Amino acid sequence: MTARIGVVTFPGSLDDRDTQRAVRLAGAEPVALWHKDKDLKQVDAVVLCGGFSYGDYLRAGAIARFSPVMDTVIEQAKAGLPVLGICNGFQILTEAHLLPGGMLGNDHLHFICRDQKLRVENAETAWTSDYESGQEIHIPLKNMDGRYVADQYTLDKLEAEGLVAFRYLARGDAADGYGNPNGSLNDIAGITNEAGNVVGLMPHPEHAVEPLIGSGRTDGLPFFTSILKKLVNA
Amino acid sequence: MARVVVDVMLKPEILDPQGQAVQRALPRLGFEGISDVRQGKRFELEVDGPVDEAMLARIHELAESFLANTVIEDFTVRIEEVAEAAK
Repeated sequence: MTARIGVVTFPGSLDDRDTQRAVRLAGAEPVALWHKDKDLKQVDAVVLCGGFSYGDYLRAGAIARFSPVMDTVIEQAKAGLPVLGICNGFQILTEAHLLPGGMLGNDHLHFICRDQKLRVENAETAWTSDYESGQEIHIPLKNMDGRYVADQYTLDKLEAEGLVAFRYLARGDAADGYGNPNGSLNDIAGITNEAGNVVGLMPHPEHAVEPLIGSGRTDGLPFFTSILKKLVNA
Repeated sequence: MARVVVDVMLKPEILDPQGQAVQRALPRLGFEGISDVRQGKRFELEVDGPVDEAMLARIHELAESFLANTVIEDFTVRIEEVAEAAK
């Protein structure tokens, strides 16, 4: 028996199939979950994937946060269920207040789609343990509402407690994937909760898991091997 | 019937690039003297029946939990008189 990792599909989700594929490539069993269904089918972890759930109407993630499946995800995440939010999934996690702060439109007002360099700042979460702290990775980024904001108290707390999980690498040329792509405060690309079971980030690890596809890098695969190892060893 | 209006604005300390883009367009329209523009959202809720204290309290709760994200936005709730003239 391997670990069973649920991938939620909302109306408007885009990356559910790619995420399921990444889960399978890592050696775990992907389980499709449906937004209208409170039942998580006894999965060991959940991924909220990218896309534009419910059209991103009102605010990105704001309507998805009140879907039936999220009632159960929120309840179980608070009890320790590992949950990863990628892009729209990250927005849903902030709307659900499972992660602090909020997401707003990119400061340059354009959709962005490029390969982005990040630094792994916290390699002790359920989703990042197969990385080294300080490791630099290069994975796709594609979004409209990627600007992470929080009040100064929250930012100070995130920094002081090591809850910034990923940071955009500011040095170097944009053409090479460097720079803060959206005006996120403190160059924050992703964060974790204090327990390390809930992690959210804007870039897309599930699009960088196979040598044959895209950039050819597999820098995103450790997300899925990290959680698999944690669950199998548990 | 009564209307309740919920106005939602980004908190003042949060950058509003949409508002800035509007502000920057003003001189091109020959409109001088506007130093800042911030863009928000307005929700008009048509209420069946009277807007009493209990209804206002429920709408306030709705605004706080759903219409606004109070991590990044502020909101106000007010009753708007609907003109009787349109007969």
